[in-house]
Amino acid sequence: MMNKPTRVRNVTENPCNMCMPLGAIIPFKGIENTMVIIHGSQGCATYMRRHMAEHFNEPIDVASSSITEQGTIYGGEVSLIKGLENLITLYDPKLIGILSTCLAETIGEDLQRTAAAFMKEKGDQVDVQLVPVATPGYGGGHSEGYLQALFSIVRQISQNTEKHDRINIIVPHISPADIREIKRILALMQLKYTLLPDISETLDSPYSKPYRRIPGGGTPLAEIKAMPGARATIEFLPTVEDELSPGEYLEKEYGVPLYRLPLPMGVEACDELIRVLKTLNQQRVPEELKRERGRLLDAMVDSHKYNRDGRAAVFGEPETIYGLARVMAENGILPAVFATGSKSPNLNQMLQPLLAEYEEKPVILLDSDFISIRDYCVKRNVNLAMGNSDGRFLTEREGIPLVRLGFPIHDRVGGQRLLSIGYNGTMMLLDRITNTLLEAKQRVYREQMHKNYYLPSTAAANFK
Amino acid sequence: MTQSNKSLIKERKKSIQTKGRQASPIQCEANSVAGCVSQRACVYCGARVVLNPITDAVHLVHGPIGCASYTWDIRGSLSSNADLYRYSFSTDLREEDIIFGGEKKLAKCIDELVQRYHPPLLLVYSTCIVGVIGDDLEAVCKTASSRYGIDIIPVQSAGFSGNKSDGYRVACEVLLRMIASPEGVEKNDYCLNYLGDFNLAGEAWIISNYLKEIGVQVNVAFTGDSTYDTLRTAPTASLNIVQCAGSMGYMGKRMEEIYGIPCMNISFLGLEDSADSLRRISSFFDNHYISARTESLIERELELYAPVVEHFRSYLEGKKAAIYVGGGFKAISLIKQFRELGMEVVMIGTQTGREEEYHTIHQMVEDGTVVLDDANPSELERFMLEQGADLLVGGVKERPLAFKLGISFIDHNHERKHPLSGFTGAANFAREVYSTVCSPVWRYLDARGIED
Repeated sequence: MMNKPTRVRNVTENPCNMCMPLGAIIPFKGIENTMVIIHGSQGCATYMRRHMAEHFNEPIDVASSSITEQGTIYGGEVSLIKGLENLITLYDPKLIGILSTCLAETIGEDLQRTAAAFMKEKGDQVDVQLVPVATPGYGGGHSEGYLQALFSIVRQISQNTEKHDRINIIVPHISPADIREIKRILALMQLKYTLLPDISETLDSPYSKPYRRIPGGGTPLAEIKAMPGARATIEFLPTVEDELSPGEYLEKEYGVPLYRLPLPMGVEACDELIRVLKTLNQQRVPEELKRERGRLLDAMVDSHKYNRDGRAAVFGEPETIYGLARVMAENGILPAVFATGSKSPNLNQMLQPLLAEYEEKPVILLDSDFISIRDYCVKRNVNLAMGNSDGRFLTEREGIPLVRLGFPIHDRVGGQRLLSIGYNGTMMLLDRITNTLLEAKQRVYREQMHKNYYLPSTAAANFK
Repeated sequence: MTQSNKSLIKERKKSIQTKGRQASPIQCEANSVAGCVSQRACVYCGARVVLNPITDAVHLVHGPIGCASYTWDIRGSLSSNADLYRYSFSTDLREEDIIFGGEKKLAKCIDELVQRYHPPLLLVYSTCIVGVIGDDLEAVCKTASSRYGIDIIPVQSAGFSGNKSDGYRVACEVLLRMIASPEGVEKNDYCLNYLGDFNLAGEAWIISNYLKEIGVQVNVAFTGDSTYDTLRTAPTASLNIVQCAGSMGYMGKRMEEIYGIPCMNISFLGLEDSADSLRRISSFFDNHYISARTESLIERELELYAPVVEHFRSYLEGKKAAIYVGGGFKAISLIKQFRELGMEVVMIGTQTGREEEYHTIHQMVEDGTVVLDDANPSELERFMLEQGADLLVGGVKERPLAFKLGISFIDHNHERKHPLSGFTGAANFAREVYSTVCSPVWRYLDARGIED
């Protein structure tokens, strides 16, 4: 069996998904001087803040329009406008993302209209731009929310501009450490760029005094405006439909050449990125990157036999799953289960070429939950899980060790600092994987060999 | 800093006071002000917090996925047996369900869950949109309940219909409905219900052990480590003691009215409160054996743990604490606990404290202490810095703010993995305060860096 159709049950047990507005907060958090207001009941913003604060270990300030019973009956526009005013007073942001919720959409709130009305009335008193995004909780998971927000940001902010020598780098939901690594590689390749969204400082900010309510860093607004004038776009969103790809939009509307690449996870995907960067900068690849590549190859050889023991379940957001699939294919780790809470229309098809060499084909679960993942882990004899910390449930219930990456990481510190991309990041990820397999083996092998092969001498005596 | 001047929104002013400077009572129990980044949650949150520790129930959230996702096994309630409560079930409503209604899907989900898990109790939590799309939760639950012969009870917890406190109230109504028994009940002597303990890190077990030792049986805790069957015996107890009054005060009051069970507010946070509470319980039962056992228990526990608290007090004396927690009960208990450690409370606030609780707080704190209701990060930041707090007690969202300000932090929330109740809990609390306030890391934040 290669694949399983989407859910046959009605009930979702132990979700593999967060909701759309949570995903949509993240790209906004990666823009300079930006705040977000959630148009919905007070609890939505609070739950999302809690969920994110625990992962990033950073203050996550997100406002709410705090719709009440009254607002639900008579409309929430008044609350939203008041919310915008107060938010501006408290934080003085230059950009505000306005996100809807299941409640706002169901009672028929029109964010665009409210935003326009606000700007018409207050536009001359405030220096702020509003980006409304429809993110009903029933419209998809956090992955879809992330993409929806990212696309809306580019579409609503970018303007026809003069050509300049930066390139656009558009990234999926990856860790601040991953983004820092991409920026390091771009610096080594001596390229100027606009990276969107850049959460590398905003969601992993260094300790400094005085405290800033909106942390420093993030993609400058002026650069997002100028994205149509870039030399090219590199977008690490290969599984995304064209209609939601900001890079496709910039190419179609403004003729910015687009390179759609997988996340640089694994040697080949990293090479692919470096080759594109090389054509863009017309220079030789720096020695440092070559050495990093060589070190990754060396690490792969060192650990390849251990990695053959791995029968993995991989879950999380589509781009990370695809990246992990490439790392596994290059290192001889068997993928037994792929699962995402997203409906991702392209993931299945994209994974197929990577699976050609495996005798045993994995099951691919879209729109899934952790009960299904657990069931398949048992059926497929999985001995390694990779994904966010909700997978700890697989460890607790089935004894399957978990390599943590993605979002959220709630039961360990440093989720925001996990590096898993680029030559260096791939190497560190591979080490984490191999060491998890080694640890599991070292824990049981004495006992297991004893159980399998040792016969007490008295038992032998019985044959006399 | 220019930031602080901006940290006050006009409508928030009545909810912030400095003791000794205002005559009128603080504004509380009001709706949050839009756009102010309130730390409050919603009705669903309140209801789920109270009901989730029922270990053998299926907790099914009727709504889009988020509400179930953010509440999956995030709390530290422990169970001695069943663990169904650690699962998060959702009807995961999609666009088509919003258009055509979610009742059918809900009914199917209930069928699947009953067939798979055979629970004695299934709770269906309503979320924001359920009422708006017109689903009749009561009807669906009733039909399913009579088909399967188990209690299937709707929890009317639409998020927007109030705040977390209203959710507590909703949960209490559900519990009252669950334990309702048509026939008269026989009371058991020396047997009490322990209300408002969720058995975080085994706290309800610790208190049960104390009570057992003095000769009083805990019938059931609401709702830490409770089951459908044990909760149903609640009307047979001869006393209700209430720890978390914010969530369970109403339950105690209602049970007094319905079942004539007297109700006593107690607190097992801190050495002083723990001893005092045990003595009050003991005097309620008015029995020589019980009071003698109580005194010897207190003596033994104080001998064990008072020196621990005393030891840490020597490091902490004179330090300044800020408190920002969910309800008034916890805030009040914390003032006393800090007093035991020789620490002064310089800022104190709650998300959903009630007027009478703020009155008590006001009387307990020193002049100059800032008291705030439904505060936001900007206000917490401003007043912690202005008041020179060395420590903040709060929940997950407040933790990174304190750390970014270079202020130490105590997690007094439902995720904690060590008990803070009883005598042993008081020692843990002292140790935790010490471990953060006296950590070496703070030295490096103030030290001159590499810049010049």
